[in-house]
Amino acid sequence: MSEWQPRILAILCNWCSYAGADLAGVSRMQYPPSIRVVRIPCSGRVDPLFIMKSLQSGFDGVLVSGCHPGDCHYISGNYVARRKFAVLKPLLEFIGLEPNRVQFSWISAGEGDRFAKVVTKITEDIRELGPATRLVKKT
Amino acid sequence: MSSITIEKSASKGINDLLRHLLSTGKVDAVLAMRMMPDTGAWDLALVTDVKNLKELKPLAPVMTVNASQVLSNLSLSGKKIAAVLKPCELRAFVERVKREQGSLENLFTISHTCGGVFPLDLVAEGKVDRLLPKYEKVVSAGEIPSNIRDTCKACEHFIPMNADIMVSAAGECKPGEGCMIYLNSDKAREALSECTGEHGSAVLDSTSLEKLATARAREREKLFSSIEKDCSGLDGLVNIFGKCVGCHGCSRVCPICYCTLCDFESINFDYNLPYFEEHLARKGALRLPPDTMLFHMGRLTHMSFSCVGCGMCSDVCPVGIPVAAVFSRTGESTASIFDYLPGRDVTEEIPVMIFKEEEFPELG
Ligand code: SF4
Ligand code: SF4
Repeated sequence: MSEWQPRILAILCNWCSYAGADLAGVSRMQYPPSIRVVRIPCSGRVDPLFIMKSLQSGFDGVLVSGCHPGDCHYISGNYVARRKFAVLKPLLEFIGLEPNRVQFSWISAGEGDRFAKVVTKITEDIRELGPATRLVKKT
Repeated sequence: MSSITIEKSASKGINDLLRHLLSTGKVDAVLAMRMMPDTGAWDLALVTDVKNLKELKPLAPVMTVNASQVLSNLSLSGKKIAAVLKPCELRAFVERVKREQGSLENLFTISHTCGGVFPLDLVAEGKVDRLLPKYEKVVSAGEIPSNIRDTCKACEHFIPMNADIMVSAAGECKPGEGCMIYLNSDKAREALSECTGEHGSAVLDSTSLEKLATARAREREKLFSSIEKDCSGLDGLVNIFGKCVGCHGCSRVCPICYCTLCDFESINFDYNLPYFEEHLARKGALRLPPDTMLFHMGRLTHMSFSCVGCGMCSDVCPVGIPVAAVFSRTGESTASIFDYLPGRDVTEEIPVMIFKEEEFPELG
């Protein structure tokens, strides 16, 4: 068997981060093939439950990315998202989940290079942590 | 602060006050705890006829339902209601008003310094009457009765915030030596201007409540550190929530969980064949009903910052999970991120409904 590859769920907002990912693709930028992308209308749509459910379903990490603060297509969705993530973070730590498994970032449609960097970083972080075991007992 | 002293015990004094409000037509109804004299059964009662007031025991350490839940619709009826609430019920109601689940406009909120309530099993076993004398003695000495709810022992907000009318019950008043009633709003001063008793002005003697506050703070430490120990990591969570049978009783009785259709009871959690196939392919076995743990984690992210620690959830749990202790402990840390205190002020907005443009630079 080949070396273990992290599986990371990337939840990307339609207007900025998803377009950023697209740009990274058409610009033929290199980043690890570790993410599975879910496109959502706005990062404000992300219920923290989605993140927990993904970890519980076997993902090793979750990346949520939206528009830069101030650039939300719906004006304030990403600000509200940030508050929800602020609530989720201490809860995840309380149950013993390594903080780096769940990351947030703001990536605009023009930042293909930033997208590639963010994905590379979270992949390395999670490779270091190893497979997620906290929320799901793998058998 | 304006005050009225009634030369009676607190429990008799508050009944006088309610009689005054109802018989003079200042209110249309009174909401308070009641004990049925013939059966000894306890409930929360809405009373519109003065002759039924004598069954009320407004200060009794019993909470059969967090009154803020039933008060929601009543408060929107247009009728004037005097509602006797425990401090945590009042705070929960304020949280509900913020969620547009009620209004303070037509209410007279009456609350009292609170010594804590008995768990529902003691109430159901009919033991309240027998336990009451000892309870009153311990509470008026500023101590914590050993048989009240866990989260009551650890509750630091036993002095009501923002009640129109406050009755001094726990800690301050010596049983039988007169009852102090504090009037905190114009509405209350107006309605009670002709109520019998000695009118004057006074401030709550908080020094006499300090002993209780210190004891409660110590209990809180103790409860929270034991929860932290038991709850940390997957093993801890399984330890605590592994027994959960998924009845959702805890969220039904929760005054903050107001959603008519809870996400966890919606189609989103209607498990279908692909779900089972996927999980079984990976794990080979699956616990049913699924996602009991996710239910608790989800509720923690949805509402823990508004948890008032009333303890209803632990009381109804059929398998004895200390739900309230876990939610209070986590709620304290999620609320503190925003310097939020549930129920403190009706104009203070729910932390996840507002934002500042510059904050949490560590998140992305
Ligand atoms: S939680 Fe506090 S306010 Fe509520 S019943 Fe217990 S002691 Fe009273
Ligand atoms: S009341 Fe107890 S058994 Fe029922 S859902 Fe809540 S924690 Fe689980």
